[in-house]
Amino acid sequence: MDFINAIILLLNFTVLPALTYGSQLALGAIFVTLIYGVLRFANFATGDMMSFGTMFAVLLTYYFQSLGINFGILPTALLTIPFAVFFMIFYMLTMDKFVFSYYRIKKSPPVQLAMVSVGVMFITQAIIRIVIGPSDRRFLDGEKFILKAKEFKEITGLNEGLTIKSTQILTIFITIIVVSIMFWFLNKTKTGKSMRAYSDNEDLALLSGIDPKKIVLITWTIAGILATIGGILYGLDKSYRPFVYFNNMLPIFAAAIVGGIGKPYGAFLGGYVIAFAEIFLTYAYKKFFIYILPDSLEPSSLVQLLSTDYKFAISFSILVIVLLFRPSGIFEGKKI
Amino acid sequence: MVFLIILVGIFQSWSIALSILNYCLISAVMTIGANIQWGYAGLINFGIMGYTALGGLAVVLISVAPVPEAWNAGGFNLILCLMIVTLMVTLIKFLLTKYKSKKNKIIAITSIIVFGILLIRSIAIPAIESIESIDPAKTGFLGGLGLPVLFSWIVGGLFAAGVAFIIGKIALGLRADYLAIATLLIAEIIVSIIKHEDWLARGVKNVIGLKRPAPYEIDLQNTEWFINLVEKFNSTKLKLINTVSERQDILAKLVIDASSVFVKLCFTSLFLVVVVTLLILTQRALYSPWGRKMRAIRDNEISAGAMGKNVVKEHLLIFVLGSAIVGLAGAMMVTNDGLFTPGSYRPMRYTFVIWVMVIVGGTGNNFGAILGGFAVWFLWVQAAPMSIFLINFFTVHLPETNELKIHLINSAPYFRFLIIGIGLLIIMRYRPQGILPEKIVKH
Amino acid sequence: MAFFEGKNMTAGYDNGPDIITSCNLNADRGEIVAILGPNGAGKSTAMKVLLGLLSLKSGNVIIGGEDISKLTTQDRVKKGISFVPQTKNVFSDLTVRENLEVGAFLRMGNIENVIEDIFDLFPILYEKKSQIVGELSGGQRQQVALGRALMMKPSVLMLDEPTAGVSPIVMDELFDHIIKIKKNNVAIIMVEQNAKQALSISDRGYVLVTGKNKFDGSGKDLLNDPEVRRSFLGV
Repeated sequence: MDFINAIILLLNFTVLPALTYGSQLALGAIFVTLIYGVLRFANFATGDMMSFGTMFAVLLTYYFQSLGINFGILPTALLTIPFAVFFMIFYMLTMDKFVFSYYRIKKSPPVQLAMVSVGVMFITQAIIRIVIGPSDRRFLDGEKFILKAKEFKEITGLNEGLTIKSTQILTIFITIIVVSIMFWFLNKTKTGKSMRAYSDNEDLALLSGIDPKKIVLITWTIAGILATIGGILYGLDKSYRPFVYFNNMLPIFAAAIVGGIGKPYGAFLGGYVIAFAEIFLTYAYKKFFIYILPDSLEPSSLVQLLSTDYKFAISFSILVIVLLFRPSGIFEGKKI
Repeated sequence: MVFLIILVGIFQSWSIALSILNYCLISAVMTIGANIQWGYAGLINFGIMGYTALGGLAVVLISVAPVPEAWNAGGFNLILCLMIVTLMVTLIKFLLTKYKSKKNKIIAITSIIVFGILLIRSIAIPAIESIESIDPAKTGFLGGLGLPVLFSWIVGGLFAAGVAFIIGKIALGLRADYLAIATLLIAEIIVSIIKHEDWLARGVKNVIGLKRPAPYEIDLQNTEWFINLVEKFNSTKLKLINTVSERQDILAKLVIDASSVFVKLCFTSLFLVVVVTLLILTQRALYSPWGRKMRAIRDNEISAGAMGKNVVKEHLLIFVLGSAIVGLAGAMMVTNDGLFTPGSYRPMRYTFVIWVMVIVGGTGNNFGAILGGFAVWFLWVQAAPMSIFLINFFTVHLPETNELKIHLINSAPYFRFLIIGIGLLIIMRYRPQGILPEKIVKH
Repeated sequence: MAFFEGKNMTAGYDNGPDIITSCNLNADRGEIVAILGPNGAGKSTAMKVLLGLLSLKSGNVIIGGEDISKLTTQDRVKKGISFVPQTKNVFSDLTVRENLEVGAFLRMGNIENVIEDIFDLFPILYEKKSQIVGELSGGQRQQVALGRALMMKPSVLMLDEPTAGVSPIVMDELFDHIIKIKKNNVAIIMVEQNAKQALSISDRGYVLVTGKNKFDGSGKDLLNDPEVRRSFLGV
């Protein structure tokens, strides 16, 4: 019984939150990696672009709510996804046309494009703050819990409760769907293959008759979908605050590089690696050990490797270690 | 630029103008540091924030008076921890050379790290708790050395240099964009350590009332010679006033204004000395054989390497030098503010804005860097009033209660992001070398 | 008039000197044409000009009677000109099969039978069809490169040093494949360093020196030409 309690405890406080957070990071990391792989620059506007898409979802949710439209037990924000994605892609393509394309055609070094993306970051941040302001916003409605701790205890008779938030299941579920569709697209369709070919060897792709303009268009489209959905899921699960989104860029970068930048599959796994590391290393295992160890060995301290203040620092340390020892990422094999 | 600041002095106030000028000078020091790395050697350092914070930390650790109770409570344990860390590092270094098999190496190193962290936590946590519980509203940290604050500027540079040396050792081999990301994240780690280790510098509880290398306003206001000076300075104005009591009142007011201006002038002159010294040094370095070598390496690393230049060593050197200058600027800034607020170190303000300064001003040109520091800082602080003016201008036909107008005016502070962003993009597009491009002197 | 023709081509980089001057090259369908010459003779430049990677200062490029001198590389590819670069000529992160599929990017409709044809031509590729190209040997990669270029069913195939860096045995094998390709009614133009072997499988050859036509003729004639032998074949 104690053993099951210990497992439930870990599930509730580490595995489930880590899977949720990991999914959110994974979507962002694939976004980073696609832009890096196909358009060949580190996009420092990543966090703010995700924030931009989410902003539309938040505004539209408020609008829908004012019209009395809702999605039953599901959050209204899910209904806004198509519209938010549309605005996001439109914004990205506008930025590409007026900013990025010039440097791409000139074949500027990636560093210059990265610097340009810093400019885009400033502008995006300004637009977001002018439109919606910097404050914290919650836009989750519908049913908040799938399973409450109390109910779980009543059903199973265990000491430990398991709480499943609807946003956790939604995040994991939607991420699996979006990522599966994306991998199907990249691996099975002609356009997807040509995109990978372009990412692999641009000159040869041109010699094969692949139209770079189309590739760029599709890349931003996929990026827009990933960025918006990732941002919305994060916002539903926690809350929407522009500054936090800017900061999320950092673990997202870490996930993308840990997975081997330019490899979507690696970025997907990288998101979970970062999330699990952050949560497992900062979790206080005291209660866990009380359950599984005999009374005589019970720990007196929190049994916490690092304080939760260092959550971010962990992902960065992982990143630094990976950069030093395996700059191509920790996953072997296929690039895309 | 100077003209703009004078305009602010006339239209807003001299005190504001001088604080802008002081910040411009600090920014200029930061941009000189960043420009050495980017302009001379092509290294992207997105970790400016971290070095700035280290410089600020130095001010606290050097100038604040020590807290003996805290030292008694936990000083020994913390020193012990420091020794354990040193031991861990040496052990890991030793293991790296000893073990051949990768698996063993990883297992050994991981166990050392995990074991070490657990050990350190068990020693440090009680110590930290007792330190932090000593008068937490005022101290709750170990305090500093109680040395003169100017000394901390040098130490700030040294701190930054030391950390940059370690970071450079591990990260400089990376490709340019990886280096940017890595330094950005490492800076974030540095700041989060400063923020959360309260025993070190009170963390987010801030340290206020730091020492100054300049007189305090309140002392000046009671100093005979200063009051006389102000009186003399404003004698024509004062003569116009008839009643004695009124004259006294106005004089008192003038003295208060003048004291703040005077203090700021003291800072300005100190900062000017730093900027001019740095400018002379960097200019001389730029046109020395060493500077030429650096540019050769920047423009073609491979061929410079083939010609026998030690690229790695030179990169490390310049990385350390540039970071030290940024650390110095960080110390200057905290001294100027008189307070250390770890919570305020954000990459936007302390990394990206500085980079915009470097790019806008002129890569590889020290005068350009300084100009960039001035111009961008000026825009950064004056963007809000400017945008309020523009919003009012364009919405003049709308009533005061118009929602859009109110919303826009409330968002005025954010327009500076927009202005800086657009400014950066325009410069990068139409004048990629910056306002003052690099000058190639032929010999 | 030949099917694919470069007439009086003069070209150079930006404002630099002309690298090729009044150079004439042509190839008919079902014919292998080798371009030879010492280093710096302008062989690669000539090929770039035919492809449109470098623009002409004067002269014309003609395919099937149509002047394509003003077209971009992409548009020339659509006219049926396929090119195998000397390096980076495969998509090394993709599988063999995916490389072929990308090669057929411009072809509409079913490409299965085209892939079958390529597998017939290069049996080894069939065996390795699901492998990542980056993991293949040099010779196998060259075959993938040829296969990819043939997927668009080109009328002209241009090869830039197809045998550079491979062992003599693999070289012979590759030349055998090139002869097989010729039977599909393709005009093949190749730049080669291994002059003797190249000439022995070529129908015709051109020898360029300092950007000008120095010798031309059938492969056999050139091989037997004493002057060519002395100066280029090292015999």
